[in-house]
Amino acid sequence: MKGFFALVSREVRIAWTGGGLWLPVIFYLAVATLFPFVTGPDKALLARTGGGILWIAALLATLLPIERLILPDQQSGVLDQLAMRGWSDELVASAKIAGHIVAFAVPLLLSTVVASALIGLPESQLSTLLTGLAIALPALAGLSVTIAALTAGLSGASALGGLLLVPLAIPVLIFGAGTLAESPGNAMQLLAATSIALAALSPFAAGAALRAARG
Amino acid sequence: MTLRQAHKPAVTLDDVAVIRGSRLVLDRFSTSAGAGDIVWIRGANGCGKSTLLRLIAGLLPRASGHVTIEGAVALADENLALDPNLSLELALRFWADMDNADPGTRERALVMMDLVALAEIPVRYLSTGQRKRACLSRLFASPAPIWLLDEPYNGLDSASATRLDAALINHSSAGGITMVAAHQAPSINVAQSISLDRKSVAV
Repeated sequence: MKGFFALVSREVRIAWTGGGLWLPVIFYLAVATLFPFVTGPDKALLARTGGGILWIAALLATLLPIERLILPDQQSGVLDQLAMRGWSDELVASAKIAGHIVAFAVPLLLSTVVASALIGLPESQLSTLLTGLAIALPALAGLSVTIAALTAGLSGASALGGLLLVPLAIPVLIFGAGTLAESPGNAMQLLAATSIALAALSPFAAGAALRAARG
Repeated sequence: MTLRQAHKPAVTLDDVAVIRGSRLVLDRFSTSAGAGDIVWIRGANGCGKSTLLRLIAGLLPRASGHVTIEGAVALADENLALDPNLSLELALRFWADMDNADPGTRERALVMMDLVALAEIPVRYLSTGQRKRACLSRLFASPAPIWLLDEPYNGLDSASATRLDAALINHSSAGGITMVAAHQAPSINVAQSISLDRKSVAV
C-alpha cells in the first residue's frame, strides 16, 4: 500500500513538473476567452451555452497529457521494474488513474471558476458545473490512462487518442451537459453511475493493454 | 552484504521455448543456476540473450516448458528506469523505498559505482557512461538475490568495469546468483557459460 501511494505521488509530481498544471489551465481559459468572440456579447446566450462549452473543453483537456501518461515509463523501463516487483498491470494502471485524478482535478476545478466568470455563467450553474466535473473526473482520468496505454508507442498516438476518446466519452458528456438543465438531479445520478462504471473498468482495460505491450 | 531471503536462490529452466513475433527465439532450452553462481550468457547479436534475461525476470511469457525462480529478481538492462528530472539520489531512493531496502545499501551502491559526487545531479544531465553506472547502482541497491545484467560492460570505462567485477564477485560470495549477458567474455571467473548461438527457426 505504501508503494501504491509512492506511485500516485510520483504521478502527480511528474504531471505538475511536466507542464500538467498549467497546460489545462491555459487551454481552458483560451476556450473561455475565445468563445464570446464567436457568439457575440449576448449575455443570455453565453449563460445558456457556456456550461456546455466548458464541458467540451474539460473533455479535450483530459487528452492533453496523453503522451506522457504511459509512454515515458514504458520506454525507460519503469513499468518493467514494477512488473518484476510483483505489481500487477491493473494495480499500476489504478495508481496512474488515481494520480491523474489528483493532478488534473486541482487545475481543472480552479480554472473552471475563472473560466465561468469570463463567460458569465450564473452562480447557480457554476456550482452544478463544478459538482458535475468533479463527479466525471474518475471517468475522464480512467479513459485517458486507458487510451494512453492502448496507443503508447504507436505513431500518431495523439490523433488516434482523440478518435478513441470521442465515442467512449459521449455518455459522460451527455449526462454532464444534462446536469446543466433546470433540474440536474437525474442527470447527476446517471453521470455518477457512468463515471463509476468507467472508472471501475478502465484499470482492467489499461492493464491488459500494458501487458500486451510488454510481451 | 547479506541477503534477506532465508532460503537459497535458484533459477531452473526446463525445456523452455519462447516465441517473439513469429520467431522461435529459444527452443528446448534448459539451464540452472544455484547460490553463488556467476553465469555468462554469450552469443551473437540477436541470438536471444536479452530474451532469456527477460524470461527469467518474468517479463516475457514462455510458449512451453517450465521456469522456476526462487528468490526476488533484479534486472539492469539498457533501460535506466530512473526519473530524469530527479537527482540521482532521489531517483534511486524511489526504487529502494519500493523494495523496502535499507538506506545503507543504497549508499553502498552509490559508492560501489563511484557515484557519490554525482548524487545531487539530475539524472537527465548524466553522460552515457554515468547512466550505465547509475543503472548498475540501482541493481546493487536492490535486496534481490538474483541479478540479471544485460551487456553491463557497454559504455563503462576500465575503472568502472573493475568496480563492476568487484561488485559481482562480492554478490557471488554473499550467495547471490548473477547472470550476465554479454557478447564479450567478462574478466572474472564464471561458474558456467551458456552459448545461445544457434540458428533460430521460423515458426
